[in-house]
Amino acid sequence: MIYLQLFLSFLQIGLFSFGGGYAAMPLIQGQVVTGHGWLSMSEFTDLITISQMTPGPIAINSATFVGIKIAGIPGAAVAALGCILPSCIIVTVIAKLYLKYRNMDIMDGVLNSLRPAVVAMIAAAGIDILVPAIWDSASKISLANTDWVMAGIFVLCLVLLKKFRMNPIWVMLLAGVMKVAVSFWI
Amino acid sequence: MENKRKVLAKIFISTLYLSAFTFGGGYVIVTLMKKKFVDEYHWIEEDEMLDLTAIAQSAPGAIAVNGAIVVGYKLAGMAGAVTAIIATIIPPFVIISLISVFYNAFRNNYIISQMLEGMQAGVAAVIAVVVYDMAAGIVHGKSAPSLVIMGASFAAVCFFDVNVIYVVIVCGLIGAARTLAGKRRGTK
Repeated sequence: MIYLQLFLSFLQIGLFSFGGGYAAMPLIQGQVVTGHGWLSMSEFTDLITISQMTPGPIAINSATFVGIKIAGIPGAAVAALGCILPSCIIVTVIAKLYLKYRNMDIMDGVLNSLRPAVVAMIAAAGIDILVPAIWDSASKISLANTDWVMAGIFVLCLVLLKKFRMNPIWVMLLAGVMKVAVSFWI
Repeated sequence: MENKRKVLAKIFISTLYLSAFTFGGGYVIVTLMKKKFVDEYHWIEEDEMLDLTAIAQSAPGAIAVNGAIVVGYKLAGMAGAVTAIIATIIPPFVIISLISVFYNAFRNNYIISQMLEGMQAGVAAVIAVVVYDMAAGIVHGKSAPSLVIMGASFAAVCFFDVNVIYVVIVCGLIGAARTLAGKRRGTK
């Protein structure tokens, strides 16, 4: 029952992604790429890239993209519903408790311990995107196998982002344009 | 406040608009919600908006969705929350649906596939910078437990292929336990 699988997968993503932004990325990868094989790693990376350039949370974008690919528009709707259902319940409960007790110590404590773990998980997901881009796969990491064009684009992007504080969307577009330009040259 | 139907319509239109034109993640949209509902409509007090933001950030799930739920709920109860969620989801849902229809045709085009390949290096760089900034914040905090959690989680996910859900559960429990233990010590 594909709808149920989509629903349950995205329910887990909605339930366990804390901290917003990129925090959902490792969970989505775990469900969609590693767990069910609904997307290949390069499709997943495309999805993250597309999410960066379109409005909306990564989790909702992924639910829509994966849902449509696997089971059309109804699949997308079911996945998106799974994704937001935990939020609906938990946010309303927290809001009620909060308005009653005005105290969120436990929630703060949980988040304080989760934050470093979330950073680590995002780092691991980032490595899974970087390694195939430059070396094809982790088992092929070597100087001889390095795609120097991609490595160069990566380093240049780092400089533009970190030193010149350029907008990430422009940096990514520029990375794409550079690759196209180089591929026509060579 | 105006009658309920008008309020719901206003919630719908403003969250739809915010969701369609907000690039750059949940924190941005929550700031824009504050501008709209606190500064423009005066429907929510400034302090209360800070609390609602804290709730949106501490609950699991996308911050934009959580923000829409708390604000909608606060303004018009359950009906408000549902209205705000639907309006928040429509723009990404429609945009990604359109993109995914063309994705395969796009992907097979030589120029676009080269473009997307180059963008993989770009998105890796964006993530690297995000991780660097977040990790720097934690390292500067100089809290030993946080550093241990960060190192252990990284090793677990990257080298031992541990499912990230278990990492979230374990670290969340550690956090809850630390808070409770700290409280008990505090009351003695």
